[in-house]
Order: sequence, then C-alpha cells, then structure tokens
Amino acid sequence: MKTITDIQNEIIKNFELFDGDMESILFYLMDLGKKLPAMPEAHKTEDYLVKGCQSKVWLFPTFVDGKVFLEADSNTEITKGLVYLLVTIWSNQTPNDILNSELFFIEKIGMSRMIGSQRSNGFVSMIKQIKLYALAYKSTNN
Amino acid sequence: MSKLDIISIRNQFPILHQEVNGKPLIYFDNAATTQKPQSVIDALVKYYSYDNANIHRAAHTLAARSTDMFEDTRKTIQAFINAKEVEECIFTKGVTESINLVAQSWGRKFLNTGDEVIITTMEHHSNIVPWQMICEEKGAILKVIPINDAGELLMDEYDKMLTSKTKMVACVWVSNALGTINPVKEIIEKAHAVGVKVLLDGAQACSHLEVDVQDLDCDFLAISSHKLYGPTGVGVLYGKRELLEAMPPYQGGGEMIKEVSFDKTTYNDMPYKFEAGTPNIGDVIAFKYALDFVNEIGKENIATHEKELLKHCVDGLLTINQTVETLHATSNNEKTLHATSLQQPITLIGTAKQKVSVQSFIINGMHHFDAGMMLDAKGIAVRTGHHCTQPLMNHLGVDGTIRASFSVYNTWEEVDVFLEAVKKLAVLTAKHTK
Repeated sequence: MKTITDIQNEIIKNFELFDGDMESILFYLMDLGKKLPAMPEAHKTEDYLVKGCQSKVWLFPTFVDGKVFLEADSNTEITKGLVYLLVTIWSNQTPNDILNSELFFIEKIGMSRMIGSQRSNGFVSMIKQIKLYALAYKSTNN
Repeated sequence: MSKLDIISIRNQFPILHQEVNGKPLIYFDNAATTQKPQSVIDALVKYYSYDNANIHRAAHTLAARSTDMFEDTRKTIQAFINAKEVEECIFTKGVTESINLVAQSWGRKFLNTGDEVIITTMEHHSNIVPWQMICEEKGAILKVIPINDAGELLMDEYDKMLTSKTKMVACVWVSNALGTINPVKEIIEKAHAVGVKVLLDGAQACSHLEVDVQDLDCDFLAISSHKLYGPTGVGVLYGKRELLEAMPPYQGGGEMIKEVSFDKTTYNDMPYKFEAGTPNIGDVIAFKYALDFVNEIGKENIATHEKELLKHCVDGLLTINQTVETLHATSNNEKTLHATSLQQPITLIGTAKQKVSVQSFIINGMHHFDAGMMLDAKGIAVRTGHHCTQPLMNHLGVDGTIRASFSVYNTWEEVDVFLEAVKKLAVLTAKHTK
C-alpha cells in the first residue's frame, strides 16, 4: 500500500519529464482528466458541487471499512486533471492519513496558482472539502 | 495606418519587458487594467520620497506642495473631459465608488416610490448593484434596455421605456465584455427631452474615446484611473454643478466639513463636500502623469492603432474558422456534411458596428478557463469568465468568454502570436469534438 507521500512523489517524477514547459504540463493534465472514472450523474447534484467562479468541481465521498473513497468531476479539463491527481492521492486512504497529509505535489508540478486563486476555480475549495469530510468520518469512526 | 512609434511607447512600460512561462509577455487584458508608464511609477516614487504630506490643511511647505500637485491632477482631468468647472470633478477610489456616490446621494434625495431607473443589459455589476440597492430602499423600479445578437442596444425599446416615471438613465458608455460603443449622445438627448438625468459609466470609454462632457451634456460621468494607464484606487466622478450642489454628502468625516459642533455641522463646498477623509493623495498625483501620457500621444492616434489591432484580431479569428473547417474537410472528405453539421470552432461574442478594441469569443468545445490557462502557458494574458457581467452572459446564453483587449502598447506581431495560439487550441478542440 503506497503512502500519500509515495504517490505524490511518483506524480512529481512524471511531471519532471516536461522540464517545466507549462503548455506540455497542461496538455498532460487534460489527458489525466480523461482517466477519471465517470461520476454517476445522480451524484452530480448541487449538494456535492464545490463552487468556483470559473471552474466547478463535484465531489462525492463514501466511507467504507475505515477508508475514504472519492468520486469527482469538473467542468473544465485542466481542473479535471488536477482532480484526478487528488483522487489518486487521497482516495482509499484513512481519514487520519488524509488529515495529516500535506499536498506538496501541486507546487512541485508548477500549478500553485490553482491554490492561490480560490475565486477562479473550485480546486482549492475541493481540497478543503475533502479534509472536512475526512474530519467528519474520523469523528463518526470514533 | 497608425503613425505611432509603438517601440518607443512600449519602452515606457517596464512591465512589458518580461517573460511569462518562458515566453515574452503578451498583455491583452487591458480592459481589466492597463499597465503604467514609467512616468506614473516615477511620480509615485517621487511623491513618497520627497513630497508626502496631508493636503488642504497644514501651513508647511510639504503640505502646500502636495496640495498643489493634488489639485493639478484635478485641473488636468477637468481639461481631459472638458468639464466647465474644476469643482465638478470629484476624486473617488474608482468607477464603482463614483456610481455608488450618485446612487446613494442623488438617489436617496431624488428617487421615490414607483420611480424608474433605466440601465442596459450590458452593464458591469458596478452599474447594476448600486441601483438595485437604492431602488430597493426607495421602492423604485429598475428597467433594463435589451440588446440584439450583435450586442447593440435596442433603441426602440429604450424609447418605450422613457416615461414620466423615469428619473435616471445609468448607462455604460462602452461595454467591458463586448466592446460595444453605445450611442450615448442619443441616449442623453432623449432622456433630457423628458427631464431625465443620465449617468455614464466611462470605465472603458475614457481610454479609447474623446471625452467632452459639455458636448455630451451628460449629468454624471464615472471615470477610472487604472484603466487609463494610471494607478489603481483612483477614480473621478464628474457631475454638473447644480446637481452636485443639490446632493447631500455621501460620507461624513474630515475634509467634507465647513464647521463642526456637536449640535450641527455645515458642509464644505464642492468638490470637497464629497471627499471625506484623507484621499489617495499619491495615486491622484501620479494619475496626472497618466493623463499627460495619453494627451501626448493623442486619443485619435491611440484609437487608430487599437482599431487596427482589433480588425487584425477579428479577421484572424474568422480565418481560423475557415482553416479548421478546411482541415476537417481534408481529413473527412465530407466537407458539405461537416460544414452543415458542426458548429464553427470559434464564435465571436460582440459584433457591434461601433466598437473599441475588445473582442470576446468562445472556442466551441473548450471551456474558457482551460483556454485562458493554455494561452497563459504561452505568455499571453487574456481575461476569461463572465467579466462581472453575469446578466449579460445569461442573456447571451454563455457562462463566460475569452476576452482579448488591446491597448496602445500592443503590436500587430503580438496579435499574430495570439492568433496562432488560438488556432492551435481550436484545431485541437475540433479534433476532439468531431
């Protein structure tokens, strides 16, 4: 079982191949977004919408056998790629591991601006939302 | 062709000489804010290095110097918009505050239950919300002039809306999202014919068009410094003397008073009545240098150059549509079927006959947010989103656009690079969606 740190390091290694070329990084992110498993339309409701000014993210969590599982989608391709990475990192992890983890991959792959501009995209709100779910599951579990 | 020496103009803007994401910066987000020439930056540094003092009060030399420089800007803006009197120019922190000032001060005194305020479909939120707020408070009604598909006002509808109930027409002179130049002179004449006041939101217009408030005969004009090569945090409200005199102060505090006792306060004369508190002195002083910059080049020269860039951009975007269609035809060998069954790759949003150098568009099949990120990867700064005009976007049936807006320091070659980048995105998107 890979740790959250291991998965992030693998992602960073893959992105290093692009040598900081932003255009290639964005194309790669858009391709990654296509690998995101389709989210059932029934789960794409207002309740599970993480709002951003320009890009929206839907996030549907479940809690099975002490682990958090995430379904997610976005209406924009680049955000969807980042959402895919986030799901890869945090899905199938325990609430404690999610809460104790630090997302260092975003800056390392040159996408820190996605974190700074909360108004323009739902990605940063999604990170907060997943941590809130993890916290809620943790208290349920206790 | 434009007679301007764009290279020497560009050399006055240090910010333009940098790389973004490893590519030379191409700044096409001028409708959001323009960059600042060195003279404006130097004026700010000089003010804080040598002249900083509070204005209009102390007897010392620095105060006199800063007061003179502050009032110099007022005289410069008076000349810039051809106001009859310098006191008709009030400093605010921007267009938003200028409009709020009128809505709150004029609106509170002169609007009554059942009165009507007319705005247009293409207003920026800053010329919608202040009127909604005061209308709600006073029981007045907000009416909206509709537009056609090109993004032009339906003037017949405006004619029908003007009634004895109308008290104010608050109208954007140039649309920030579409670039449409509204027929404000006609709007004002028609309003005045029935005794209605007119406020113009001049945020976008003042950097592109000649401004003569006496010729226009507008009652109020809201101006932004930062869209005119000046600092942020400075705006101007022009208002006719008799209106400003009849209006109560907007905010209370220092500067706006004549005498204060605990029983009663008498208010200062115009324009100070509306300038409560210490103003943004340094930025106001630097704003003069921005106006000097525009005056030196000349509005007409600026407009000619910008129009050339706009035409080059629009022609280029339309050519991309033809190119992508041809590519499909070659690969599919089904040109007829393709041409009739698929949307064109690019849809222009805002095709009014009278426009400034702003072009909104959509790459069909690609979200504007992704397009904005992809263009940024090539060092190109455009605005994407709803441009603070959500009701307009709803009317147009889109949730946002890509907007390129050109300024005097932009070049033909920059538009070429931009068009090439857009073409690449359009081709890729068309491939994915075919």
